[in-house]
Amino acid sequence: MNFTKESGKPRYFVIELIKMIEIKDLHKSYVMGENSLHVLKGIDFTVKEGELVAIMGSSGSGKSTLLNILGMLDEADKGSYYLDGKPIKNLSEKIAARYRNKFLGFVFQSFNLITYKSALENVAMPLYYQGMKRNERNKKAMRYLEKVGLADWATHLPNELSGGQNQRVAIARALASEPKVLLADEPTGALDSTTSYEVMRIIQSINDEGKTILIVTHEDDIAHMCKRIVNLRDGVIIKDSKINQVRTKSATHV
Amino acid sequence: MFNIERWQEIFDTIRKNKLRTFLTGLSVASGIFILVVLLGFGQGMTNGVAKEFEQDATNRIAVWTGVTTVEYKGLNPGRFIELKNEDYDLLIKKYEDDIEFKSSVFRIWNGIATYKNESGNYRVEGVYPDYQFIENASLSAGRFLNYDDHNGNEKVIVIGHKVYRDLFGKKEAIGEQVQISGINFKVVGVFTDPGGEREESKVFLPLSTSQRVFAGGNTIRNLGFTLKPQRTFQQAVRQSIIFTNEIQSFLQERHIVAPEDESAIDTWNSLEEAKRYYDLMDMIKLFFWVVGICTIVAGVVGVSNIMLIIVKERTKEIGIRKAIGAQPWSIIGMILHESIFVTAIAGFLGLIFSMALLEVVGPNVEIDYIVNPSVNFNVALTTVIVLIVAGALAGFFPAWRAARIKPIDALRDE
Ligand SMILES: Nc1ncnc2c1ncn2[C@@H]1O[C@H](COP(=O)(O)OP(=O)(O)O)[C@@H](O)[C@H]1O
Ligand SMILES: [Mg+2]
Repeated sequence: MNFTKESGKPRYFVIELIKMIEIKDLHKSYVMGENSLHVLKGIDFTVKEGELVAIMGSSGSGKSTLLNILGMLDEADKGSYYLDGKPIKNLSEKIAARYRNKFLGFVFQSFNLITYKSALENVAMPLYYQGMKRNERNKKAMRYLEKVGLADWATHLPNELSGGQNQRVAIARALASEPKVLLADEPTGALDSTTSYEVMRIIQSINDEGKTILIVTHEDDIAHMCKRIVNLRDGVIIKDSKINQVRTKSATHV
Repeated sequence: MFNIERWQEIFDTIRKNKLRTFLTGLSVASGIFILVVLLGFGQGMTNGVAKEFEQDATNRIAVWTGVTTVEYKGLNPGRFIELKNEDYDLLIKKYEDDIEFKSSVFRIWNGIATYKNESGNYRVEGVYPDYQFIENASLSAGRFLNYDDHNGNEKVIVIGHKVYRDLFGKKEAIGEQVQISGINFKVVGVFTDPGGEREESKVFLPLSTSQRVFAGGNTIRNLGFTLKPQRTFQQAVRQSIIFTNEIQSFLQERHIVAPEDESAIDTWNSLEEAKRYYDLMDMIKLFFWVVGICTIVAGVVGVSNIMLIIVKERTKEIGIRKAIGAQPWSIIGMILHESIFVTAIAGFLGLIFSMALLEVVGPNVEIDYIVNPSVNFNVALTTVIVLIVAGALAGFFPAWRAARIKPIDALRDE
């Protein structure tokens, strides 16, 4: 039985919320020649469906390393990782690709859009790898572009868009495959504060629809727009607490 | 390969990376182009040498004389050796069994031929009827000289095609009277010769007539023979060398010439030359093959390089595609598909373009020793396929590697 407070009214849930991410004793070292850098030194934490978690920590504390492992872009050396109840361990490349495609959406600080493809084509990429037909995937990609307020920019190339717009394209791309979890590594790191808030507003609204989201950030104000903050230092979690979410003002779409 | 979505994706990529596609295509197309043109000219050279060689009977043996250069048996150098009808008669009797065709030749110096207002300076020679075969001439009109002409000292001539064109243009020549150095001769034939214009600028008349009319007495300028065919080329070469040496010694003895005095009595043995030509042709062929193979190797290296660079350049893109869920094989497939498509199109364009060039220019090439450069289509096609496969292989390994590494490592690539 879980109890949450929403809009000041107490409500009772009768179902156990699904554990979307569950990691135990996660370790990761980077080996460079003779030296080995122990970055993650035994991380345990659980994220339930619908959570909006900020992972904080100073630069070099291992935030990105953790998120990359959660996003299956990298592998842990030790420990267990369950994604939506499925063990992520020794997967074949094929299965790993399918999980990345179906379960995970990743947003990078540097956007990582394909430079020669338009906004729409970038958003449609994950759907291509799902084997969706061109018309269908373009329609769906368009819906997600509308969602991030960029329908009018669908045919533009990344270099014709601003940083904030590019990040919104990247978010639309991450969402297009309807993943279970959205992971964002400093999504506002390359943006000024106004555009940062715009991006956070979109993230909050997606979370309102029930999507589980993890954000890496080192900015306090961004972290406080989430519902839970996990603090990392020297490769371990030093603090993990629920907070009162700061809502972004619902700005008008650009 | 028949996945339409994949094709669309490839076309999108090609359309949006025009420069890359163009450069890849250009290097493949120009590689093929160079190779085909090169092989074409190799063939042209082979053809040219072969043609040079067709101008006379392939087993022609010639003997001619000059001035002695060495003192021999008390005789001073500087003597002019003059062959006589007797020499010829003795030789053909002695080698009756070996000889196929035979003729002695009396050359008329300053042979000016005139017909009406047209005249020209040609090589005029008195010969026996067999000479047609020694020269490898064929008649385009009328007949060649025969033994009746010879026995009757007839004033008849056979003219080369060039002479015919110069003097008659397109008019009928047979039966017409042509003056050779002021004396009238009746044209009985016009001949062509695979040796071309130079060989077709000759006028032949019966040997007996030439000696009588042009005050030759019983002297002759040179001798020509061909030998009866042998079973193998090697045997023919050996026999002709022996024959040539024997007649040379025979004549040296009769005219008291030192055995080593090449300028007094000289010989020419086509077959021996033929062997040299064949060896040369083999060398030319070998040379062009070596150059051709080097070109292919250079092409393969070039295409491989381009593929390596393309994959390197696209490593980050591959990382992105992997991060959003691309299967490793779909990435390898994408790169190979594009590579094969581009090299194939470019390769065939280069092939078509170069073949067209050879087709158009080839027959018009009229340089000595290069005749009708052309190329074996299968060889060219094989080359294109080799380049496509090389491009695919060269693309495969880096693509395979890129598709295997962790997405984060590919993404980190700048
Ligand atoms: N690929 C790598 N090879 C070696 N060291 C790395 C690599 N990636 C990160 N590191 C190191 O690991 C530590 C943690 O990095 P990271 O997870 O990116 O930190 P954060 O995102 O919290 O700033 C840093 O000291 C960084 O230098
Ligand atoms: Mg980081």
